Amino acid sequence: MKRTFKIIDHTADVGIIAYGTDIEQLFCNAALALFSLITELESIQEKSHLNLRVSSDERDSLLVEWLNELIYFFDAKHMLFNRFDIESLTQNELKATCHGEDFDPMKHKIKRGVKAATYHMLRLDNNNDGYEAQIILDI
Amino acid sequence: MTQWQGQLIKIDDYRWKIPENYKTGMRVPGLIYASEEMLESLREEQALEQVANVAFLPGIVGYSFAMPDIHWGYGFPIGGVAAMDIKNGVISPGGVGYDINCGVRLLRTNLSEAEVRPKINQLIDALFHNIPSGLGSEGKIKTSQKEMNQLMVEGARWAVKRGLGLEEDLDVTEEGGCLTGADPSKISDKAIKRGMPQAGTLGSGNHFLEIQVVKEIFDPHIASIMDITEIGQILVLIHTGSRGFGHQICTDHLRVMEQAVSKYGIKLPDRQLACAPIESKEGKDYLAAMACAANYAWVNRQCIAHWVRESFSGIFGRSPEKLGMRQIYDVAHNIAKIEEHAINGRKVRVCVHRKGATRAFPAGHKDTSKRYKEVGQPVLVPGDMGRCSFVAVGTEKAMKESFGSTCHGAGRVLSRGSARRAVRGADIIRELESRGIVVKADSVSALAEEAPQAYKDVTQVMDVVHQAGISRKVAMAVPMGVIKG
Repeated sequence: MKRTFKIIDHTADVGIIAYGTDIEQLFCNAALALFSLITELESIQEKSHLNLRVSSDERDSLLVEWLNELIYFFDAKHMLFNRFDIESLTQNELKATCHGEDFDPMKHKIKRGVKAATYHMLRLDNNNDGYEAQIILDI
Repeated sequence: MTQWQGQLIKIDDYRWKIPENYKTGMRVPGLIYASEEMLESLREEQALEQVANVAFLPGIVGYSFAMPDIHWGYGFPIGGVAAMDIKNGVISPGGVGYDINCGVRLLRTNLSEAEVRPKINQLIDALFHNIPSGLGSEGKIKTSQKEMNQLMVEGARWAVKRGLGLEEDLDVTEEGGCLTGADPSKISDKAIKRGMPQAGTLGSGNHFLEIQVVKEIFDPHIASIMDITEIGQILVLIHTGSRGFGHQICTDHLRVMEQAVSKYGIKLPDRQLACAPIESKEGKDYLAAMACAANYAWVNRQCIAHWVRESFSGIFGRSPEKLGMRQIYDVAHNIAKIEEHAINGRKVRVCVHRKGATRAFPAGHKDTSKRYKEVGQPVLVPGDMGRCSFVAVGTEKAMKESFGSTCHGAGRVLSRGSARRAVRGADIIRELESRGIVVKADSVSALAEEAPQAYKDVTQVMDVVHQAGISRKVAMAVPMGVIKG
């Protein structure tokens, strides 16, 4: 089975390892991992979408910014996503469409809150198998 | 996880040093407050490496400190204290944390265990109903942008002016519930959007509200000044912070600091320690924004304390005054403060980062509340929901040795994942209920991550700071009812 992401332990927080055959897939899988920590991905239906544009100085910090942007939309706008179309991705800019729906307390069981994606132990590697990244989230 | 193999030199039974030559780049040694028994579990994670990493930060003076509740964080360890000379030192948002001015507030009552026990379920239901908790919960405080700006500048007084609390609450709140220098123009639109609906909410994660029973009084004189007079007396402890508002401010400013690190040529062993000179624009902007978040957190605890009083009043049919619901104290445990400290007999202005650490000023200090001038500033140390919490006071020794700082809680030993694998939320509720502790949680599954066994025993943590002399135990209380976000 193709690897998408896994969740790793960190004493006070939680980490994500995301995989991708290409960089776009890696960014999608990291976002999926984030929402899998917040709620059951299967409980999210595609009812609306959001266009996002994120920029940063480097590609690894772009990944942190991307996740922080999604955390913002969950925390401030109560939006949950389970599918992401990356329209363009350069070293320092990402354009994506995120599909999902508004949080509904009757339907979505919230597993935990996520405060932010951090730079702690941040890693983004590219090898023969594709891309792999590690991000620690503050819970 | 690999064991930490670094060198620890024993100073005495409660102090251990990481020598300055452990890593090239350390500017000061590390000082760890711990008992010998604690060392083994401390070595199982990389928190001690983080103590050494913090010692790299420009302008750090004295030591990079770790309190006995230290655990592995991001960048700074949780339970870390670092003071930087304001002339040549840096401010690091990671040394404050995402939850800016996360802290605790303690209320006392005239009620006894015998009076509350029969009504505990009703009381917990009322508190759960009156105090919004959990994710996606929105507060009862509706603010316009203009009011939000006032709230950021005024702190707890903003709430008191609106009838949410008493003037005397401010006298027994660290900084009077208002950090000066707050500048709303340094706050992003995103932080405002996250913050406005969440004012007056408990939040999720390790935040809680506890009804406690006093079990032991160690120092009757100091306890009496706090109005803790009887074994069996009921207290209420509130633990929350600046919610999404503070998280966004930290995120926003870390991004700025990332660039400041290269701009000012600062060499760091961990990116999450990103920082800027205290006197730089980036540093000043962060401090002005951090003060906004600190003030927001004090408003948050002020509002919640008011609804706690209302809830008790509703259940017991007596006014909060009749119930004696006075505030004992409110402390911040994630904050950076500009303070004056004596270093080698010289008075120096430093920026003290306390990340998962509590201010512990002694008797007579100018910033110790009038009510506690003769005994020292109260220090509130919550434990996990199955064990106990402590009330202590700051000491002269803390002032001389740890920049007037002490521990903040129990400290985690199990990761969230391990805790979840070890126990189920529903089992915790049953287990605690069999011991007379009623727990109500917004998310029962998330409760497992906060299980008592995920934390160190706070009694051991308190023994270390008491024996080391950086705070003095006053009283201990056990939980009877718990609300978890």
